[in-house]
Amino acid sequence: MADSALQNIPSVYEPSLFGTYSKKIGMWLFLLSDTLTFGALLYAYSYGRISTGGWPTPFHSESIINATIMTAFLLTSSLTMVLAVRASVHRDAKMQTLWLLATMLCGTGFIVLHGREWSNLIAEGLSLPMFPKVPHHQVAAEFVNVSKTVPQFAATFFGLTGMHMLHVTLGVIYLGVVALRRKFIPILLVLWLVAWLGTPAYSPFHYGAHILLIAAIVCGIILWLKPKVYDSSDVEVAGLYWHFVDLVWMFIFPLVYLMSAKIL
Amino acid sequence: MATHDFAAQASHAHEAPQGFIRKWVFSLDHKVIGLQYYFLALAAVFVGMFLSLLMRIHLIWPGAALPILGEIKPETYLTLVTMHGTIMVFFVLTTAPQGGFGNYFLPIQIGAPDMAFPVLNMLSFWTTLLGFIVMIAAFFVAGGAPLHGWTGYAPLSALQSAGPGEGLGADLWIISIAIFCIGALMGALNFITTTLDMRAKGMTMMRMPLTVWAWFVTAILGLLAFGVLLSAGILLLMDRNLGTSFFVPLGTINGQLTGHKGGSPLLWQHLFWFFGHPEVYIAILPAMGMCSQLLSVFSRKPIFGYKAMVYAILAIGFLGFMVWGHHMFMSGMSPYTAFAFSVMTMAIGVPSAIKTFNWLGTLMRGKIRFSSPMLFAIGFVSLFVSGGISGPFLAQPVLDIPLHDTYFVPGHFHLIMGVASIFGIFAATYYWFPKMFGRMMNESMARWHFWFSLIGTYAIFMPMHYLGMAGMPRRYSQMTEVAYLHDLIPLQKFITYAAFITIAGQLIFLVNLFWSMFKGPKASDNPWEATTLEWITTTPPPHDNFGGHTPVVHNGPYEYSVPGAPRDYVMQNDPEIKPAH
Ligand code: HEM
Ligand SMILES: [Cu+2]
Repeated sequence: MADSALQNIPSVYEPSLFGTYSKKIGMWLFLLSDTLTFGALLYAYSYGRISTGGWPTPFHSESIINATIMTAFLLTSSLTMVLAVRASVHRDAKMQTLWLLATMLCGTGFIVLHGREWSNLIAEGLSLPMFPKVPHHQVAAEFVNVSKTVPQFAATFFGLTGMHMLHVTLGVIYLGVVALRRKFIPILLVLWLVAWLGTPAYSPFHYGAHILLIAAIVCGIILWLKPKVYDSSDVEVAGLYWHFVDLVWMFIFPLVYLMSAKIL
Repeated sequence: MATHDFAAQASHAHEAPQGFIRKWVFSLDHKVIGLQYYFLALAAVFVGMFLSLLMRIHLIWPGAALPILGEIKPETYLTLVTMHGTIMVFFVLTTAPQGGFGNYFLPIQIGAPDMAFPVLNMLSFWTTLLGFIVMIAAFFVAGGAPLHGWTGYAPLSALQSAGPGEGLGADLWIISIAIFCIGALMGALNFITTTLDMRAKGMTMMRMPLTVWAWFVTAILGLLAFGVLLSAGILLLMDRNLGTSFFVPLGTINGQLTGHKGGSPLLWQHLFWFFGHPEVYIAILPAMGMCSQLLSVFSRKPIFGYKAMVYAILAIGFLGFMVWGHHMFMSGMSPYTAFAFSVMTMAIGVPSAIKTFNWLGTLMRGKIRFSSPMLFAIGFVSLFVSGGISGPFLAQPVLDIPLHDTYFVPGHFHLIMGVASIFGIFAATYYWFPKMFGRMMNESMARWHFWFSLIGTYAIFMPMHYLGMAGMPRRYSQMTEVAYLHDLIPLQKFITYAAFITIAGQLIFLVNLFWSMFKGPKASDNPWEATTLEWITTTPPPHDNFGGHTPVVHNGPYEYSVPGAPRDYVMQNDPEIKPAH
C-alpha cells in the first residue's frame, strides 16, 4: 500500500509470502508464539481444574454482569479498530486518530473495570497468600473459604486474567504510539503517576503501574531509534494485535467466569 | 506484489551509522549484532567452562580447599551444576550458532541488505545481554545462585525456603530466563520474516543454502518453544512470590508445612520439556546446517540429497514437539503414554539418520580438502553419531528407568548437544572468520586445537556412559566415600585430568582468534572457493552487504565440480548453468 507512483518499480526480491509485507508477517508470527504462551496458561488452568476435586463456582451475578460489560467494551473496541483501519486506508488521518483514540478508550475502560473487579474480589477475600491484606474491609466468608480450600482457583484466576490485562495494557500503549507518536510518551508518564499514586499501597496495581514506566522508556528508545510516521500498514498490524487480544478474552471469559458462575 | 516489496525494501535500507556508539554499540547492522552475540557467547562459554572445572575438581577431591574459593560445599556443588548447565544451554548453545552466525550470515546468504526488523534485532541482543547480566548477578546475592538444575524442577525451584540458593538467587535465575525468552522470541520472528520476505530475485526456497534452512527452522522452533517457557517461568515466579501453588503439592520442608497445596510438579515438567526438547534441537540444528555447508564446500561436491536434507530438517522440527515425554518416563507416567512417546522418539531417529548418511554420502569420493573448518565439520559428524547412538537406548522406557539420573544421560547429551554443537561453532568460526574480520586464522594452531578438542571431549564424555551403567548417579556431590562406587574413582580422575587438558587446549583457540584478528594474513574475498552469496561481496562486507545493489541468483548453493563449467565451482549469482548431456 505504498505510494501508487512507486507501483511500477520492479522488485529485486522474490515474491513474498502471500504477497504480504514484512511487518504483517512479523505480527502474525508474534501472535502465533503468543498463542502458545496463552496456550500454556490455559493448559495449566485445565490441569489444575481437572485434577482438583470440588472446583468452586463462586462468581455471583455482580461479577458476571461486570465481566459482560467488560466484554462489550472489548467487542466495541474491535469495531472501532476496524473503523480506524478503514480510515487509514482512505488516508483520513483525522478519523484514523479519532478511531484509534476511541479504541484506546474502550480498552482503558476494560482495564479500569477489570481492575475494580480485582480489587473488590481481593477485598472480599479471594486473594493470593502473599497479596497484602486489605485494611478495614468486610470479607465474604465464601471467598475466604475458596482461597483456603482450593488455592488453585485464585491462582489460575489472577494468573490468566492478569496476563490478559497486561496484554490489553500493552495494546493500549501500542495504539497510543501509533496514533500520537512522541506526544504519547508524556501522556503515558502522567498515566503512570496517576496509576501509581492513585492506588493504595496494598493494591497489586500500585506495583503493577510501573509497567507503564517501563513501557514509556522502551517506547522512547524505539521512537528515538526509528522516528517515523506510521502509515496505514502500521495501523493494520496494530489492529491484528488488538483483535487477537480480544479473541483471547473470548476464551478466558467463558472458561474463567461463566464456568465458575454461581448458577451452574 | 511490487509495491509491498518496495515498501519492505525501503524500510531496511537505513543509512550507514556515524560515530562509535551508533556503529558498534547501539548498532542496527545485523553484522555488528551478530558479532555482539558471538562475543557474548564467548564470554559465557568461559564462565561455563570455569564452573565445570570446579565441578570436576570437587568430584575427585571433595574436601580440597581451593585458592580464594575455599572448600566447595555440597550446596555450592549444586549451584555449579545449575549455573553451568543454564549458561551453556541458553547463553552459549542457543546464542552463538543462531544469534551469532545466523544474524551475520542469514541476510547475506539470501541476498538481503539487513534483517527485516533492524530495531527489533538490536533490542533482541540487548535483551539477551540483560538476561546474562541478571543470570550472573545470581552468584552475588545473599544465598548465592540456585541449586535446582538447568531444568528448574519444582518443588525445589518453587519454594524460597527449599535451599540456600533458592531465595533471591532463584528469582534472578527465573527472571533471567524470562528475559532470555523475550529476546529469543524477538530474534526468532525476525529470522522467519527475513527468510520469507527478503530473498533476492532467484533465491527460491529450494535454492537456499542448508545453513539458511537450519536457521529458519530453528527460529520456528524457538518461536513456538520459548513462548511456553515464558509462561512456565511466570507461573513459577507466582508460586515463589505470590504464594500460589501451581507446582507445589501439599508438603513439608524440614517438618514445616510449606503453606502450599494442590499443585503438581508434573505440570512444571510438562511445560518445561515441551520447551526443553525443541530447545535441544535449537542448539543442534544450526550446527547441522553449518556442517552440511562445509562438508560440501571442502569435498568439492554437491551436498548429497539436498531435498532429503531439507525435509529431514523440517521433520526433525515437527517431531521435536511430540517427544517431550521421554524426559519423564520416571515420573509415574502410564505405560501407554510412555509407549507413545517412545515410538515418537525413535521416529525422530529416522530423519537424524538420513542427515548422517547424506553427510557420509557427500564425503564419499569427494576431493576432500582437510582445512581446519572441514576437520571440525567431520568431528561434528563423529560426535553427533557417537552421542546419537545412546539416544535410542534412553528412548526405551525399560532401559531409561535404570539409566535416567545416572551419568549415562550427561554422557549422551554432552556428546550430541554440548560438544557437537560447539564443534559446529568452531567449524563456522574457522570458516567465516576471513569474511567477518578480513584476515585468515592460523592453520597450525587450528589443527592443534582440533586434536586437543576431539580427543579431549571423547576422553571426557565417553567414560561417562560407563559410569552411568555402573550406577553413578548424576548431580550428587560427594561420591568418593560410597562403597559401591569406589572402583570408579580412577575413571573419575581420568575424566578430570582430561577436562583440564581439554580446557587448556581451548586457550589455543582464544589466542588464535584474537591474534589473527589483528595479525593474520589478509584474506581474499572467497578464500575457500565457495559458491554462496557471502563470498561474492567484499571482505568484510559493506554496510548494506552488497554495495548498493541486490544480487540476482541463478544457481543452487552446491554447484561444485559441475561438468563443463570453467572452474570447479559455480557461484550462485553466476549465469545459469545448463545441465550437461
Ligand atoms: C535419535 C536421537 C535422540 C534420542 C532418541 C534421544 C533420546 C533422549 C532421551 C530418551 C533422553 C532422556 C534421558 C533421561 O533423562 O533419562 C534424552 C536426554 C537428553 N537429550 Fe537426547 N535424544 C536424541 C538426540 C538428542 C539430540 C540431537 C540432542 C541435542 C542436540 C539431545 C539432547 C539431550 C539432552 C540435553 C538431554 C538431557 C536433558 C537433561 O535431563 O538434563 N538428544 N535424550
Ligand atoms: Cu528430549
